[in-house]
Amino acid sequence: MEFPHPERMRLRRCDSAASVPQFCNSPTLIVMVGLPARGKTYISKKLTRYLNWIGVPTKMFNVGQYRREAVKIYKNFEFFKPDNEEAMRIRKACAAAALKDVSAYFTKEQGQVAVFDATNTTKERRAVIISFAKEKGYKVFFIESICDNPEIIAENIKQVKFGSPDYVDRDIDEAMEDFIQRIECYRANYIPIDDEKDRKLSYIKIFDVGSTYLVNRVQDHIQSRIVYYLMNIHVTPRSIYLSRHGESELNLLGRIGGDSGLSPRGLKYANALAAFIRSQKITDLKVWTSHMKRTIQTAEAVGVQYEQWKALNEIDAGVCEELTYEEIQENFPEEFALRDQDKYRYRYPKGESYEDLVHRLEPVIMELERQENVLVVCHQAVMRCLLAYFLDKPADELPYLRCPLHTVLKLTPIAYGCKVESFFLNIEAVNTHRERPVNVNINRDPDEALQTVPDHI
Amino acid sequence: MRGSCHPKNTRDRAVCMTNCPTLIVTVGLPARGKTYISKKLTRYLNWIGVPTKEFNVGQYRRECLKIYKSFEFFRPDNEEGLKIRRQCATSALNDVRQYLSVEGGQVAVFDATNTTRERRGTIVKFAEQNGFKVFFVESVCEDPEVIAQNIVQVKLGSPDYIHCNSEEAIEDFMKRIKCYESSYQPLDEVLDRDLSYIKIMDVGRRYLVNRVVDHIQSRIVYYLMNIHITPRSIYLCRHGESDLNIKGRIGGDSGLSARGKEFAKHLRKFIQEQNIKDLKVWTSQMKRTIQTAECLGAPYEQWKSLNEIDAGVCEEMMYEEIQEHYPLEFALRDQDKYRYRYPKGESYEDLVQRLEPVIMELERQENILVICHQAVMRCLLAYFLDKTADELPYLNCPLHTVLKLTPVAYGCKVESVYLGVDSVNTHRDRPENVNVQRSTEDALQTVPAHF
Repeated sequence: MEFPHPERMRLRRCDSAASVPQFCNSPTLIVMVGLPARGKTYISKKLTRYLNWIGVPTKMFNVGQYRREAVKIYKNFEFFKPDNEEAMRIRKACAAAALKDVSAYFTKEQGQVAVFDATNTTKERRAVIISFAKEKGYKVFFIESICDNPEIIAENIKQVKFGSPDYVDRDIDEAMEDFIQRIECYRANYIPIDDEKDRKLSYIKIFDVGSTYLVNRVQDHIQSRIVYYLMNIHVTPRSIYLSRHGESELNLLGRIGGDSGLSPRGLKYANALAAFIRSQKITDLKVWTSHMKRTIQTAEAVGVQYEQWKALNEIDAGVCEELTYEEIQENFPEEFALRDQDKYRYRYPKGESYEDLVHRLEPVIMELERQENVLVVCHQAVMRCLLAYFLDKPADELPYLRCPLHTVLKLTPIAYGCKVESFFLNIEAVNTHRERPVNVNINRDPDEALQTVPDHI
Repeated sequence: MRGSCHPKNTRDRAVCMTNCPTLIVTVGLPARGKTYISKKLTRYLNWIGVPTKEFNVGQYRRECLKIYKSFEFFRPDNEEGLKIRRQCATSALNDVRQYLSVEGGQVAVFDATNTTRERRGTIVKFAEQNGFKVFFVESVCEDPEVIAQNIVQVKLGSPDYIHCNSEEAIEDFMKRIKCYESSYQPLDEVLDRDLSYIKIMDVGRRYLVNRVVDHIQSRIVYYLMNIHITPRSIYLCRHGESDLNIKGRIGGDSGLSARGKEFAKHLRKFIQEQNIKDLKVWTSQMKRTIQTAECLGAPYEQWKSLNEIDAGVCEEMMYEEIQEHYPLEFALRDQDKYRYRYPKGESYEDLVQRLEPVIMELERQENILVICHQAVMRCLLAYFLDKTADELPYLNCPLHTVLKLTPVAYGCKVESVYLGVDSVNTHRDRPENVNVQRSTEDALQTVPAHF
């Protein structure tokens, strides 16, 4: 096994999601609080996805899942009645099992954040969690979601509860009726976090899907980032369109990076993109590009105002800028192999890594969360990073996500995830996707190194 | 406006921060930190490129009144006083309008007590008429120690109390606060639910945030939630002299020269002597800062964001070589050093943007030593000392010198400590002739000596 260059080793010693050095010395336990259908799982999943993307190992633990495993078949809301002792025992046991797994995640799997997704609506239950955390040395941060708007709750139930395993054999009206009864079971004993009595706790209360927030005792950097993130997300329906620039002159030559203009086919794509966007009939579409010619030229054709972000520039290939893969193999065979060994973390000499890219794209993601309908015209590596965020792809998959030229991805948030529709706009383009070759050893032949290079002129 | 512009000379910020201008309105009894927050926020927004100005109504009152006699001026039954105060507020709002609508300002911070719903109503109406968004920042605090400390730090030195001794001043000020207390109507969760605001309670222990409507408000809230007033010091220094420094070459990733290593040792001694509690140490990911930190023998964190400005095609060149190969670029840089971007490199403006998360984290931290680079240090220093974009690229940040910044009152005390190890000078002043047609001599007029 080849050891990485000692310099690079040291460089990787300290946190590589560079801007957030020691995220957490002690692990953080995030605890959701709220009645059913208040968006706890939505928030848990989204937050987990965001934290993992920025490089903080995070996992969510949904106590409902544990209950489904324990109980197998869900009959009806009676299970949740506060006087149902048998059920109470099971539910307590499930919570305990989940906490045990949280502990294992922190100690054995190097997790840094665990999101404990359950109602946690009684003071008693929260006390159990707090003392568990205290004993183990975990920081605790509560996220309480409070909402009494019947429309929002009904919408919530439709979006995520009907499809739940609990209601798979029920018709819609039955399911709705049962779920509402379920909520009532919790309501009687619900004690929200108390701003007076619980003033020593660290928490954020989210009112009415983000109209108002109460934030108490943020202890550290990660909690501050979490609060900032939560305050920027929304649930207004919208779509995010991701596309690369049209085919560029350097693309045709099989050269990476650089700042070339569009090829004739690339220009055709720009026009096709404009037509596509018009056909989508989007209200108030924002258009973003990078500072590089090829994305700007593409956006120009769309004919609406666009904003340029330097942060959307393509990954900087440093000494390999404007080289073909063949030339990289010829001039930097070791670097070429190291990159194939760990494409996510590998940093081009005098350039960037995918990991660096994620870091510089974080403000873009934050602003994308705030926005509604947006078209982002960007680049291959950049698009892979953004896509990985929306589709929850891990670091090893990210650098190999398929983002071909002349194809628009339409992402629409639904339920707990993202619907993806892919539109190839029927203008031919070179393929710029290079798969990981079989042989990534630095002693490999040029043949083996170049095995997966796509065709070019 | 931002649509089809050419990248090079636009003040291209990440996002159009504000379509319409924003009026930030402070709310709170005297000595609750409103002016502290106003000044800090204004400084931060200007640094990240959002033209911001604060309007302190107390200033207007001092200009109008000339001499402050006593708290009696602020009594709620002092008709004359009320009239003057109302005029001052109106005058300040007129200037706000001038700044936001005519002078191209994007954010105005209206710093006054604004403790009655009536006064705030007037302001909201004013904003509506002029097409400004309003965001309230209320500071609520009942901790007598905090208030007392506040008064000592900033009120005793106020022009109002120049002729009083401390006891008199404190007594008068406490009575002044009382004048506002009876009519104080804090922002109300129900009555004011349609307003956009943040309520800061107990110096940041708790926040209530209501109806954040856009990006700039979101950034303001994030900033306000990260600042603190716990006493601490920030130490800024560059890496020790590097091999490329000696050769007069910019950028690159070289190691320390012999003198640079000497500096690292002196730095270690200096830090030990300072006896700092829980000092954090940050470096960039370049050899020269890491080598400097290694000498300290304490754990340090590496930030890629602290890397030196990327000089693109000019990396590792001497100024003489830049003049030889890129005379046009060299002149353009001298014409607008802040916005000029090296081909395939960065500008100071870009640097500020990538340093913003560093600043945010610096605000959260307490005692900290940042070992960085010349351009980076200039950007950080400009933030702490409220330097403008034109001054920033010419701030003096010599090698082997530690700057100790200690927040005090409304600003920052700076102590400069030269650690007694010789080094080259790397500071190149703006030459007189910045014309693209200038002679080589003119261009190289201010290049510091090197081997």
